[in-house]
Amino acid sequence: MTPRTLFFMRMRGILRKEALQILRDPSSIALAIVLPLVLLFIFGYGVTLDAENVPIAVVLDDNGPVARDVSARFDLSPYFNTIHLTSMVEAVASLNQRRVDGIVHLQADFSSGLYKRNQAPVQVIVNGIDANRARLIQGYARGVLQKWTELRQARGEPVAVPAIKISQRVWFNEAAVSRNFLVPGLITLIMTLIGILLTALVVAREWERGTMEAILVTPIRRVDLLLGKVFPYFILGMLGMGLSVVVGTTLFHVPFRGSIVALFILSALFMLASLGFGLLISAAVRVQFVAAQISIVAGFLPALFLSGLIFDLESTPRFIQIVSHVVPARYFVDISHTLFMAGDVWPVLLPNALALFGMAVLFISLAFRKITKRLEG
Amino acid sequence: MDFVRRIIALTIKEFIMILKDPKSRFVIIGPPLFQFFVFGYAATYDLKNVRYAVFDESRTAESRQLLSRFEGSENFELTKTLKTEKEIDFVINREKARLVIHIGPDFSRNLHMGRPATVQVIVDGRNSNVALIALGYIGNIVEQYNRELVKKGVVSINGPGVELVDRAWFNANLQSRWFIVSALGGIISMVVVMILTSLSVAREREFGTFDQLLVAPFNPAEILVGKSLPGMVFGFMDALLFSAGAVYWFGVPFRGTIGALVLALGCFLLTIVGVGLLVSSVSMTMQQALLGSFVFMMPSVILSGFATPIENMPHWLQIGTLLNPLRHVIVALRDIFLEGADASMIWHQLWPLLLMAGFTLPLAGWMFRHRSQ
Repeated sequence: MTPRTLFFMRMRGILRKEALQILRDPSSIALAIVLPLVLLFIFGYGVTLDAENVPIAVVLDDNGPVARDVSARFDLSPYFNTIHLTSMVEAVASLNQRRVDGIVHLQADFSSGLYKRNQAPVQVIVNGIDANRARLIQGYARGVLQKWTELRQARGEPVAVPAIKISQRVWFNEAAVSRNFLVPGLITLIMTLIGILLTALVVAREWERGTMEAILVTPIRRVDLLLGKVFPYFILGMLGMGLSVVVGTTLFHVPFRGSIVALFILSALFMLASLGFGLLISAAVRVQFVAAQISIVAGFLPALFLSGLIFDLESTPRFIQIVSHVVPARYFVDISHTLFMAGDVWPVLLPNALALFGMAVLFISLAFRKITKRLEG
Repeated sequence: MDFVRRIIALTIKEFIMILKDPKSRFVIIGPPLFQFFVFGYAATYDLKNVRYAVFDESRTAESRQLLSRFEGSENFELTKTLKTEKEIDFVINREKARLVIHIGPDFSRNLHMGRPATVQVIVDGRNSNVALIALGYIGNIVEQYNRELVKKGVVSINGPGVELVDRAWFNANLQSRWFIVSALGGIISMVVVMILTSLSVAREREFGTFDQLLVAPFNPAEILVGKSLPGMVFGFMDALLFSAGAVYWFGVPFRGTIGALVLALGCFLLTIVGVGLLVSSVSMTMQQALLGSFVFMMPSVILSGFATPIENMPHWLQIGTLLNPLRHVIVALRDIFLEGADASMIWHQLWPLLLMAGFTLPLAGWMFRHRSQ
């Protein structure tokens, strides 16, 4: 028999073993298939940063036609659910009890100010506890007042048009739908879970139970062992990725503007980097409890917080940005945002791909060395 | 008396199991603390140094004045001055800048002739939240400049107009760090406690020592207490440490009472211990326990209102989040830290937690015996 056929025989054996191991344990299937689906549905249907129907109180101390016209703009806006109250005392009480998130207040001299001085304030008070939401609400309020100005202009009524107007365009995501950037980010999270957590656990388990040594005394070489470990989880991770892309684009209408080939190659690199990291953890600690802790601390949580998935990295302090460079997810979040929304922009994709490639090589070779060393020591 | 002695013996054994291994001893203190600080800095919605490019075709005193407003703001950072319109595509596509401010050639002329002058802003929408917040900042800057032009008499008011006067209560500078850091401790202590407790029974099952425990003169309630205590103790330690860190390191105000904080954390940790032990008692191996706890933790973090507001979710999902213990404690923590709640004001958050603990803990105890083959 040639060395080549021997190699294939060994690989067939070890892959069969790994496949059985995955299929037999319902918990790894739950993590690889059920959890991604659950998360996709939660993200697709529920989780969004875009506020709609924000409850606000409207207090009109002035009942003139212009004041009522302004308040009607708030009533008609899809962003707001208005509640009309007669006094500020009531409105403040509602804000304190969190029945409303904001107050729109037109003072008693609103109309007279408008006619005499050509200027009248519209007071908007928001609950600032959730700063991000508060800022969005302020933005919506500004938009409503802009609409009012445009409407008066269109009706030929006198109105002050601001000297400088902003004409804004949001590229790649015209309506600024947060789902379009949350779902591609979620794919990163799912692949991290499979690549780091699942792999680290499964391999650490074999060390802990001593079955790894049993495998190593068979004619299987360390390279075969490594390949046999990498391959099944690679497939599992890529399946999770494919599933997420299909559900995201068909069910939730997230755009996908890149090419499938680029997605496949780049996510394969990310998967290898994650797998390598998972293998390295398990080979280094060999105890499931610690492997789980480390994969959460160094794998999962950084993928959530230090990757730009939800929180913008560029606004963080310098040292956080430096730390984030060792997180593989950071590169893939950038890749997936670009692929989904902007397309194959290689000048963005390539540096990220190189970083992932370097990490994959580094982690896998370190894991390989660690396995070898462990046996000698 | 015997009951107490047995529980003490069991608890000591559980603590020894966690503390004897230097690696596991380390992971319950070091990494959680590290995470708290790193993520406390990383998790923010406030924008700083948004990289922008400028394409000024007007090049007049007015356009320069407007642009200097952006240069003076700490929210923005100028990276490039463009020469041609084509470059706009280039810088946005390649992420050289996240937004481009384009001032057309007739900007000043329009301004002086009383015609509306337009400033075009092109934003990279790959992160829609950053895009929207940045547009909000730009709106503010331009509005202020408009007001100044009127004051200086460069332009005159040509009709009645409204002026938005906005104020944010409870958090006047709209800092998102307070909101996030006050809840961060809840999440990290949940991760620690969940892993500790979910492994406690499963580990013994996998090694076969759980059967010995079951034939020893302990009843399930005693085992339950013994298994719960380490999780509670370490969880409390971490959570209190994080609360102190939030106040003394990140400068989050603490407006509520310590009693309320301890009560909220206690109820929450009890619930999490209950869930962890339930997962553990159902699992036959450590791997199942860990993956099981992940299947629980991931959705609960996402549906907790930590990063994305619960109010933005559809109604049916908002009701679903009531089953999420993390949601309740995050609301309670924010109320205590930022709005000065005392124990009676967070009662709405506490009873669902106690209800969940009252369900999961006994069920876990029952499972101890009934899941064994």
